[in-house]
Amino acid sequence: MFRVILSIGGTDVKAIQPDHIQHYLDNHVATPLFVHVETTNGAYATHNDPDFHNAGMFIRNAKIEYSIGQIKGNGPYRVGLKLDHGWLYVEGLTDYEMHEEQLLLAGHDRLGRLACALHIDIKPLPQGASEVENQ
Amino acid sequence: MNGPLLVIFPHPDDEAFSSAGTIIQHRQKGLPVTYVCLTLGEMGRNMGSPIFTTREELPKIRKHELEEACRMMGIEDLRMWGLRDKTVEFEDEAELAGRFRALIDEVKPETVISFYPGYAVHPDHEATARAVVRALQEMGETRPKFLGVAFDRRTEDELGQPHVIVDVTEESEQKKDALFAHRSQTEGLLRAIDNAENAHVMELLQRERFYHYPFS
Ligand SMILES: [Zn+2]
Repeated sequence: MFRVILSIGGTDVKAIQPDHIQHYLDNHVATPLFVHVETTNGAYATHNDPDFHNAGMFIRNAKIEYSIGQIKGNGPYRVGLKLDHGWLYVEGLTDYEMHEEQLLLAGHDRLGRLACALHIDIKPLPQGASEVENQ
Repeated sequence: MNGPLLVIFPHPDDEAFSSAGTIIQHRQKGLPVTYVCLTLGEMGRNMGSPIFTTREELPKIRKHELEEACRMMGIEDLRMWGLRDKTVEFEDEAELAGRFRALIDEVKPETVISFYPGYAVHPDHEATARAVVRALQEMGETRPKFLGVAFDRRTEDELGQPHVIVDVTEESEQKKDALFAHRSQTEGLLRAIDNAENAHVMELLQRERFYHYPFS
């Protein structure tokens, strides 16, 4: 079943190799970038467990530039980007995928559910109409 | 039901869970079904175990699954509106209701299936339900029939027993196929079906429950 899905998505998700990520981050200092940042517990967490406090956020295609970008930790990993007027911080990252100028970092729990994500690209990430057109 | 059916949901798989059997029965009678799916469910959380996809690839997978599910149900008129998962409630409700109204005028459905406002759990479901009901409310006596899907825990206490229960026992295998088409979302559910371990799941395959809305 996974093979079927792989052939559709063509994804190549791997466990984070910090050196590889650090290399990308170093190469993109002082570069205008588009980011997708997200944390989530899943929309049904409270429906499934009324005592659970659901929280989450995403921002898609925010434009940033950073002067320092680093990955830290022994896995799950943390990434901090020092912005012109502040910081971008994500913790709990476990997996990644890289295509040319696009870096996708994600944190998954043991069941493979997304907990957090940080995507970086030099051009805007797909959105809306461009996603429903044939790909 | 003897005329065109219009189905409006925000996420790929909402239609399979709630209404696949009803849709299949409709198509078997040769009646047209239009399905408007507002988003691609691109903010779903399940990336597989082992991980098989990313946030960026998920919309492509779910779009493919949605098209496959529509083939299973015999839906020939699928429309994907390209809104983003989780953001439907932040769209302009009047504008969305206006788009639904234009759709109804075009499709001329005898019946509209969507979520029932206040009992649909997910914010995108609620926003869709509110805008659909708003569009229908504004149509007065010319409005098509409405079948609302409600699954909040409070539903039976507050709304009572469903007003319409469609027996889809004969379509349950096909409904399973439609659910299976959404495999990125339904894998766990399908395991439960195989083990027949969950009475709620078995019920889902045999009966589809709808409520009428008290339009004023
Ligand atoms: Zn949904």
